[in-house]
Amino acid sequence: MERIVYRELKSTPKVWGLMALCAAFVGAAGLSVLYIEHHGHIVTGMNNQIVWGLPHVFAIFLIVAASGALNVSSIGSVFGKMAYKPVARLSNVLAVSLLAGGLAVLVLDLGRPDRLVLAMYTYNFTSIFAWNILLYTGFMAVVAVYLYTLMARGVPAKALKAASLLAFVWRLALTTGTGSIFGWLVARQAYDAAIMAPLFIAMSFAFGMAMFMLVMILTTSITSRVYSPELRTRQARLLGVFVAVVMYFTLVQHLSAIYVAEHTGVERFILLEGGIYTRLFWVGQILLGGIIPMILLFHPKIDTQKIYVLLGALLVVLGGMVQLYVIIVGGQAYPLEIFPGFEVSSSFSDGVINSYTPTYLELMLGLGGVALALMIAGLAMKFLRIVPDNLSDDNVDPAVLAD
Amino acid sequence: MIIPTKKEKGAEVSRRDFLKSGAALATVTLAPGVTLMAFGGKAQADGLKPGARWGLLIDAGKCPEDCSACVSACSQEHGWEDNGLDTDPQWIRKVTLKETATGRENSLPVMCQHCESPPCVDVCPTGASFKREDGIVLVNRHTCIGCRYCMMACPFKARSFVHEQITDQKTTTPRGNGTVEGCNLCVHKIDRGDGTTACVEACQATGNNAMMFGDLNDPESEIAVAVATYASQELRADLGLGLGVRYQNI
Repeated sequence: MERIVYRELKSTPKVWGLMALCAAFVGAAGLSVLYIEHHGHIVTGMNNQIVWGLPHVFAIFLIVAASGALNVSSIGSVFGKMAYKPVARLSNVLAVSLLAGGLAVLVLDLGRPDRLVLAMYTYNFTSIFAWNILLYTGFMAVVAVYLYTLMARGVPAKALKAASLLAFVWRLALTTGTGSIFGWLVARQAYDAAIMAPLFIAMSFAFGMAMFMLVMILTTSITSRVYSPELRTRQARLLGVFVAVVMYFTLVQHLSAIYVAEHTGVERFILLEGGIYTRLFWVGQILLGGIIPMILLFHPKIDTQKIYVLLGALLVVLGGMVQLYVIIVGGQAYPLEIFPGFEVSSSFSDGVINSYTPTYLELMLGLGGVALALMIAGLAMKFLRIVPDNLSDDNVDPAVLAD
Repeated sequence: MIIPTKKEKGAEVSRRDFLKSGAALATVTLAPGVTLMAFGGKAQADGLKPGARWGLLIDAGKCPEDCSACVSACSQEHGWEDNGLDTDPQWIRKVTLKETATGRENSLPVMCQHCESPPCVDVCPTGASFKREDGIVLVNRHTCIGCRYCMMACPFKARSFVHEQITDQKTTTPRGNGTVEGCNLCVHKIDRGDGTTACVEACQATGNNAMMFGDLNDPESEIAVAVATYASQELRADLGLGLGVRYQNI
């Protein structure tokens, strides 16, 4: 068994080509933002009924995935599974880069992004949004320190353990905060549920792990490095477990809502009569994002079939986006019940299902966030020793893997 | 020796009064229509009635479905326009109700309910959404970053987001692209001592008299007497938000 060696990515056309592609998407997102800022949000599909749209789906996906991407590192350092250690650095880098991408989308969609600095010094501590600003920036700092303890020489084991534990607790707080953005909304029948926080934590485990595995597969493919099939299989099965946990929380979320008469209307909408949202829920979230990935990831031949891992992780990401779309947009599409027991109508869409058609501007902004996250991670891998050069099965301790 | 009470401490009071009057003087001298509300701390003190809780009482029984005088008056007073787009702001809207169980139809205006515990204030990350001491819930357009979380949090859809550039604004109602806005209970009229709002004025002018404005905390005010005498209710009372707007005959 060799000692794990980390090396910067070599300057190959594939590496720089992918960077250029990401940069192009980031540039397109920048142009979208300028266009929206110049004309106002009237050029987007969002309106006074659907106030958060596709950009928020991307932003929250990336933010949630960011904390999940740290899983791999936490499993190694906090829970002592040594086999995960060689990929801990990449896990930390991805956690920071995904968060940066998500935050970029979130702040660039603000009505007044130029006033962002205001949010840095005028805090309203009763707002979970304000808390999230601290949680997000703090997460970056904590993970950066943790990464330092992973990469620097001569760092005492206790310091590494402390940093990893702090980062793990912080990522739980971060996702609790993100879920609570919705969970604490008493006004809307689709939200207002404490289960949002644990649901978002479960989602982060799955989305973050899927993003990590996709980046790992992509990086090792274009650089001809090895992604230990043993480790890959382990992680794929763990991803399958995370998907099952998300499915479980989703089940409890809807069952408990159906039980409350006040929420049966919105549940009927999402699960049965909501048109596009119902189709997205059953086909996108449950079938493509849940059942099929589980079949693929728990397949007996997954250790030899890399394609199953790739497809499974891709579907988890796709299903995750759909799940957030159903939660965010579907939740707003259902009309607010201001007058229970009455049928209502008005010039302001009272009592009707709200419509939303996202524009390319919003899509470009969202994809730009993903591209920015990948670009930051790519640059880190290019210039820092993040990815192991020799992560073969021989170099991953099988005894540890078998734990 | 007689110890002066706080009120009798002449020096402090007179200094505060002096500053207040200075601010008021500056407001008057500079220009009519230019409101320097940000200066002098509580420069609006002229209109801020101590202990007041401004509110509205709306009698749905007197509100004809085909009348929208309150909506037009608000639009005119504050300079917002509803051209039928989903992106257009609506500070106040007429809602038609049909009781599911009985089929009885009704109509009433809905606007910001000026909650005692406003969810929009709780969720606002920068504190731009705030509640004045007299219960009026406002948006500070200078610190609103346009995140729209208040719109997600409002149970009454009382807030609108400005989706495009605005020209010809009313000097009494600052508005801006990319920020959130909503009924401000005609705060400028209250502060200058009009004692009413544009919607209530318009409603009374039609002769329907479906809307009443006043200080809910003043037991002798018409609105306080009315709510103490006749049954009235809050919208979504189950949320326990303590609304400043009450309805009769829904």
